[in-house]
Amino acid sequence: MVNDVRGLWPTPGLRATSDNYASETAGHARRRLRTLAWYLAPWLLPAVLYTLWSVGCSRGWIAPQILPPPQQVYETLRDLATSGDLVRNTAISLQRVLVGFGVGTLAGLAIGAALGLSRTVEAYLLPSFNALVQIPVLGWLPFLLLLVGVGEPLKYILIAHAALVPVTLSTMQGVRNAPAALDEVARGFGYSPWQRILRVVLPAAVPTLATGVRLAFTKAWLALVVVELVASSEGLGYLIVYGRQLFQLDLVMASVVIVGAIGFAINWLLDALEARLRRGQPSAFRE
Amino acid sequence: MNRSIKAAFDWRGLVLPLAAFALWWLISALHLVKSGLLVSPVDVAHTAWQQAKSGALLRALSASLAREASGFLLGSAAGLLLGAALGFSRIARRVIGPTFDTFKQISLFAWIPLISVWFGLGDVAKVVFLSLAALLPVAAHTCDGIHAVPPRYVEVARAFRYSRLQMARYVILPAALPSIFTGIYLALIYSWLATLGAEYLLVAGSGIGNTLIDGSEQFRMDLVLFGIIVVGLTGWVLSALARGVERRVLARRPRASRERAVA
Repeated sequence: MVNDVRGLWPTPGLRATSDNYASETAGHARRRLRTLAWYLAPWLLPAVLYTLWSVGCSRGWIAPQILPPPQQVYETLRDLATSGDLVRNTAISLQRVLVGFGVGTLAGLAIGAALGLSRTVEAYLLPSFNALVQIPVLGWLPFLLLLVGVGEPLKYILIAHAALVPVTLSTMQGVRNAPAALDEVARGFGYSPWQRILRVVLPAAVPTLATGVRLAFTKAWLALVVVELVASSEGLGYLIVYGRQLFQLDLVMASVVIVGAIGFAINWLLDALEARLRRGQPSAFRE
Repeated sequence: MNRSIKAAFDWRGLVLPLAAFALWWLISALHLVKSGLLVSPVDVAHTAWQQAKSGALLRALSASLAREASGFLLGSAAGLLLGAALGFSRIARRVIGPTFDTFKQISLFAWIPLISVWFGLGDVAKVVFLSLAALLPVAAHTCDGIHAVPPRYVEVARAFRYSRLQMARYVILPAALPSIFTGIYLALIYSWLATLGAEYLLVAGSGIGNTLIDGSEQFRMDLVLFGIIVVGLTGWVLSALARGVERRVLARRPRASRERAVA
């Protein structure tokens, strides 16, 4: 959301160059300085925090048991990368999240479409669905732990469940959002039900769907970390727990950094995909 | 949708739960599956009665809710402040915004091990974690809400020479309120989820999450199912409460602003 806002901000770079013909006055220099400050501003807070962290550690204000120095975290990251632990655990986590997310999204699309298209299905299924949704992933965990044990299925089921809920809800919403007028036109032209779904309902549902899928990925990633923290012997979440148990905070922080970086990267990717999808939308559907 | 149809109770929604319940009852009554894990509905009801009678339920639930409340209040208050700062000040947004966005990306539960080192396993650590869970959605939605105020409103208010305070009170706050409420509503749900997570991962003291863990560790499916039902019901009550408050506050809004516009 915040990305959208950027367009509203004045772009000082443009303002500074727009009076190129003005001589290199003091005002111009000051404006340039301000432009520079504007571009550097986002780095201010991280830089301050990092400096505090690193100076605090080297001066001994902060005990390394409480917060290991950045140097050490960096070295741990490098060790993880060179020993292959990083690749192995990341691969396992990614596999879990992708399988769970894929299964959950597909199931969510099917259920959501059924709920959105048919009033009968909705009447039978929606109340139960709404009731089950009230129970968070962590509520299901002990139940599934007893039912299927601590194996891979546990992770897949929980991650799929986490992804399923937002996809189902947004698919249902999106399908319903299909403009009634367009549907009438399609009917008038004698479209078959399938054609109506493909040509009218689906295009109208895409933006809502995309939002749901994005949210689903965020939830799936969150669920993955939770499941791996609680019940796993490999994966990124496990690395965090393992580091915590050994009081190796550098390992904990390194793993948190990786978890954050991957979440960030995939979110960015989905952002780009969503923007593409939206651009392809005919404007009549946007409104 | 027709109001009279909506008001009439739709029995079709009950078919699926009743069928599932009947199936469960049948399987356990006829002993179709030989497993200690398949408990009968009677067992669950019995456990529920025992938990309620012994006071264990009240103890666990009140401990969890107290945490949830304090974390939610602290986190939302901080989130409102941060969100308002981000929403109103261009500089704050430029300086804090990107760091905040990056921070948001890190899976919330990944912080628990660090929090446990810094604050221990007790209530302080849990409340810190819960506040964090509540802060993020409130701050993000407050900021978004302030941003989404239609520029036309602001222009009109400027033309009327509203002071900054008047602008905030009469233009921005009413326009941003729905979004802020969404944030608070999310915060309530997230912090309830986080309460469970905190009790799961920072195992100390009592709480409904601990009830679930106990059930899981003692292989008592009846206790686990009871815990799940309590968790689900509590979540449902919390969100119903939040929605009720939201409806009340927002219902007054359009009329009030129209009157002000006329006056």
